[in-house]
Amino acid sequence: MVSQLINANPVVYEIKDRPARVRQPAEEDEYGADPIDQQEIFDILSTVVVVRRLNHIRDIKDPEHPYTLEELKVVSEDAIDVDDKQSHVRVTFTPTVEHCSMATLIGLSIRVKLMRSLPSRFKVDIRVAPGTHATEDAVNKQLNDKERVAAALENPNLVDMVEGCLSKTYL
Amino acid sequence: MAKASSWVRHVESFVDSSRSSEQQKASINAIAELVKNDLLTIEGLVRELELYLTTNDSVIRARGILLLAEVLAQLHSKPLHHASIHFLIGFFTSRLADWQALHGALVGCLVLLRRKKDVGMVMGNDARTLAHSCLENVQIQSLALHDRKLCFELFRCLLDMHPEDVATLGEDLVHGICAAIDQEKDPRCLMDAFHIVRNLARLYPEPSGPVGGYASELFEVLSCYFPVHFTHLKVDDTGILREDLSEALMHAFCASPFFEEFAIPLLLDKLSSSLHLAKLDSLKYLGSCILWYGANRMSKHAKKLWFSLKDVIFHFPRNSSILVPKSIEEKDSLSYQIAEEALKCLRAAISQFSNSDDDPFSSLIINDEDIEMSFLSGTEGRSYECMSEESQRKIIAVGSILCELVKASGPCCNRVIKIFFPQLMNMLGITINGSHSPSDMTYNGRLNFGALYLSVELLSSCRDLAVAAQDSSEFILHSEWCSLLQGFSTSLAHSFGLLLQSCSSGDVNEKTRVRDASFLVKGLQILVTFPKNSLQASTASFEDILTIIMSIIVGNFEKSLWKPALEALFQIGLFVGKSHDPEKRRSYEIIVLEKILSLPWVDDSMIPLGLRLEALYSIGSTAVEFMLRVIQELERVIFSSFIKIYVVGEIKDGKTLIQLFDFYSSQVLPWCKRTERFEEVGMRFVQCVWNQIESDADFKIGFGEKDISDALMMTTKLVVSGCRVEKQVLIVQKAYSILLSKKFFPPEQLAFPSVEESLRLMPCLNQLSRKDALFVSLFASVLLALNPKTPIPDTSLILRFLMLYLLKGCSSAAQALGSLLNKWSSHDTTEPTAFILEEAIELILDKGLLEIIDDALKICSVDAGQSSSSDSCLNETQLLTHGLVGLSWIGKGLLMRGHEKAEKVIRLLLKCLLLPDNMKTTSSGENISVESGQDKHILVARSAADAFHVLLCDSEDCLNKKFHATVRPLYQQRFFSAVMPAMLSSIKDCKSQTTRGILYRAFGHIVSDTPLAAVITESRKVVSFILDALSVLSLESQSKEMVYGLLLVLSGIITVENEKEAAMENAPIIISCLIGLISYPHMMLVRETAVQCLMAMSELPHARIYPLRPQVLRAVSRALDDIKRPVRLEAARCRQAWASIASRSLHC
Repeated sequence: MVSQLINANPVVYEIKDRPARVRQPAEEDEYGADPIDQQEIFDILSTVVVVRRLNHIRDIKDPEHPYTLEELKVVSEDAIDVDDKQSHVRVTFTPTVEHCSMATLIGLSIRVKLMRSLPSRFKVDIRVAPGTHATEDAVNKQLNDKERVAAALENPNLVDMVEGCLSKTYL
Repeated sequence: MAKASSWVRHVESFVDSSRSSEQQKASINAIAELVKNDLLTIEGLVRELELYLTTNDSVIRARGILLLAEVLAQLHSKPLHHASIHFLIGFFTSRLADWQALHGALVGCLVLLRRKKDVGMVMGNDARTLAHSCLENVQIQSLALHDRKLCFELFRCLLDMHPEDVATLGEDLVHGICAAIDQEKDPRCLMDAFHIVRNLARLYPEPSGPVGGYASELFEVLSCYFPVHFTHLKVDDTGILREDLSEALMHAFCASPFFEEFAIPLLLDKLSSSLHLAKLDSLKYLGSCILWYGANRMSKHAKKLWFSLKDVIFHFPRNSSILVPKSIEEKDSLSYQIAEEALKCLRAAISQFSNSDDDPFSSLIINDEDIEMSFLSGTEGRSYECMSEESQRKIIAVGSILCELVKASGPCCNRVIKIFFPQLMNMLGITINGSHSPSDMTYNGRLNFGALYLSVELLSSCRDLAVAAQDSSEFILHSEWCSLLQGFSTSLAHSFGLLLQSCSSGDVNEKTRVRDASFLVKGLQILVTFPKNSLQASTASFEDILTIIMSIIVGNFEKSLWKPALEALFQIGLFVGKSHDPEKRRSYEIIVLEKILSLPWVDDSMIPLGLRLEALYSIGSTAVEFMLRVIQELERVIFSSFIKIYVVGEIKDGKTLIQLFDFYSSQVLPWCKRTERFEEVGMRFVQCVWNQIESDADFKIGFGEKDISDALMMTTKLVVSGCRVEKQVLIVQKAYSILLSKKFFPPEQLAFPSVEESLRLMPCLNQLSRKDALFVSLFASVLLALNPKTPIPDTSLILRFLMLYLLKGCSSAAQALGSLLNKWSSHDTTEPTAFILEEAIELILDKGLLEIIDDALKICSVDAGQSSSSDSCLNETQLLTHGLVGLSWIGKGLLMRGHEKAEKVIRLLLKCLLLPDNMKTTSSGENISVESGQDKHILVARSAADAFHVLLCDSEDCLNKKFHATVRPLYQQRFFSAVMPAMLSSIKDCKSQTTRGILYRAFGHIVSDTPLAAVITESRKVVSFILDALSVLSLESQSKEMVYGLLLVLSGIITVENEKEAAMENAPIIISCLIGLISYPHMMLVRETAVQCLMAMSELPHARIYPLRPQVLRAVSRALDDIKRPVRLEAARCRQAWASIASRSLHC
């Protein structure tokens, strides 16, 4: 566990005005399907927050309003590949700094969030954007190893942290 | 006189602290009652109380004094003698020194002080002694909250009621109050304290007075409260908001000019705070203080004040600028409020200083380097989009500062305009009138936006100044600024016009172009709307400007420019209306109104018809005569397209006509109502309609185009219902005479005693000519919109007529009958052959519909049994369905007025519901034709079920407040509780699947149309039926609306607080029903709501729902793969809610 913040003052980006999806009037096309697309996955992920810990004795959620992945530009819409027909999603995320210790936690949070939000037929691939992290391969391997993910989710501390990151997304 | 022995027990009960507070209160009341009724004098009371008031036991003494005080509190309106009051106040004043019994003494003093003059009040001398004693003996800050509050109230009272007497205390008073307020923290006490300071300052206005001398001490006490930091977010029992407290403190700050030397530096200092709230408060306080302290005192702060304000204004957040349309949300935002408040403060400062001789403040502003620099950098000649954010901000700041200066006064305006306006004109390339002006001015997208913006804003402020001057009848025609502007006006208008004309196209950035153009339009609008005796535009240039702006309206349509242009025309129109200049009015009429009227009225041209109508309305609303012309033209167009559609048969214009009708009823009619021209216009409309009906031409279309006739009827109904009774009489008479003249309607046929006979003789709707069919509906529409007082000619005939056409399937006739019965109060009481309600009901129901339907039912069931496949049965079925529709409207009319006959109707409807069931029992022979008979029965029963919807729904078409209906309160709830038991028992008893489906259909209508609150009170009884209904109805796709309605009721039962027992008891079946609905294929809303309901169920007690968790999670996981996105979103939330009720591990 880190004893101090690695990136104490991350750059916070202004959230771009995305045209919100207009809800179609109900009678329009009752039986037509809305495919799962990039924007939907992005909407699912954009409100995941990065909750940071100061030290392992006292949890301090710092700052008061944790930044969302969208604000930190960790995830962007372009970095998401979806194929609804083949049931495949690939999310490429960019950690804020090269040696970010949060990378695995962010990756894990993304995986859990998608696992809970997408139908079970989907295969989810999560990767660190090439060249943005010091231990890129290790992180990628860890995030896409079923058994290691399952084991991580057996760890109450880790689950707690993941829940903290996701709590805002269910509002 | 009451004997002492009779009331002393009350005293004892009050003094005894072991008694309950109710008992104590009762004893006070008893004693006060005695005094009020003169059974006991106040002196007598005091004499008897002597022992209690003077005893050495401090507890009893305190209670005794409080008793006296409380009794006096109840006597606030009983006249008392001066001597008694003098004696009593003397007593309480002396008791202030008795700290153990202080509470009672304070209450007593306060009660006596608050007495009004007419019942005897405290004398000035006594008040002075009281104040003195209080200052001497009471350590306010060491008291508990309630006593502190009393003390503050006491001082407040003293200062309010006896200012002169208290004033003699001088320094002691100021000192005492300082000490009292110091460290106070309770908002209730502070409200009083701030008020006290304010009054105190008013008491000693002289500089050498105690407030003048101790201003620094007094202000020190106050200053620590600024800015008010208040942690109570909600209004609690104190009922005090941060805003109240802040305002009270502001008044205290402004109360004395001697605070100036302390307050202004403090406020200026806090202005640079990073806390938005502190900034906002400082600005508010500053604005107020400047006004109260006056220019002389403020002059030494002028420089600092200007620098601070400049700092705030130059750092406005960019989106609070004038350039962006403001949403309501933004207006509430703190930064927007700060911007507003800063400008307000600047305005206050400018206006205060401009009254002084040398006006140092405006010189400061005008000579400020920042202003000049920003002015120059902002007007470097680029479009807004090309400017840096910094210069955008600067140009807006400079604009708003200069505008405030211009608006402040004539001399200020002179200075600003003289310095800046010629420069701006130069930048825009505009020369003084008459000199050689560039004729090739074309728009190329590189217009100097800064200069354009500033010149338009300055012009607008000048106009504001001129308007204000006109109100105060100041003469400004020859003022410097005015002649300077006049010098530029013609060429300015000319250049703006040229630019605007050439900017309609081109490969320029769209945003830039639209922004520039809308400012040009605004500039032109301002140029022509200067009030009389100031800048005058010649008629020629006025006309030119109108023509140019009109060219945007009629030319190539561009929505983004169209709106500002229309707004400008509207403003000019309002100005012309006010200016009483016949020449300009004429020009406006010819150039604007006529042109807009002459636009084509079809929807297929470039400008959408909706916008064109909006333009018509806003131009029309600038003057009454204009609107009357618009209405005339509108009528002409409506009826010419009416003829085109109905007579020529060109139905492609149908949509246009519908839109015109909508516009007429939603905009024109309300305008007429406001200007009291409703009947004049409305009668003309109805007359036109009747003329069309009476004309010889045959109609090519009839009910085929339902939308058009619906719009026509709705408009007619609205016109009729808005007219007064006298006019309605005329309309009905006219309609009646047309009816009599119709060939299809020989009144003698209606004279037949039996309805069947006349039914046979009268032609059906589809046998009538199209015009006659339309007339029948129109006539019915007129009848249903009438005022209850309007008499109806030949009532019996008309009722029969309506009834017959109801049976022939005219739904307006049914609605009309329902409405007539509903409103039947004094209909035609003037006629000698008056029909009373009971007779009408007998005619229509007992001898009419009920009989016919009963007969038809009999024939039907016999028919089916005998397996005759003749047409007669079919006809009977048709008759039955029409009859049931009619019956439902009539039933609704009766139900809404609370008439007992409604019950009979409902009983018949219930009987019809069970028709297929009864049939089965009568026909035991099984053959194929029973099946077809069965089908017909189902058809009939289904329309009976739908009748329940009519009974309970809120109809737009009739039987509502708009059309004068009588509505008994809670009629739906009454109906619900009356019918539901019978309904539920028939559902229980029902064996057949088909009948059950029909019963559930009726049940569904009742449940979803009754107000939710009524259903929820019965939720225990109905919830299982709702679930059953949902599972039965969800099998068929055509009842999806009803499934949705029922689901909404169910969600109400689940979610309403405190009423969740029903949901709790039935949790397992509710959940399994909801799980079934998650895969309902026919309607997304049903699936979404089902998932939401499941989510709400997760909040029920854990023990109740835990066993169901796996089942729900499985179902919701399937919903994650729903074809619709909203359902998936809800499913993810719902899954989380259910998963997290048990453990963190969410993998199931």
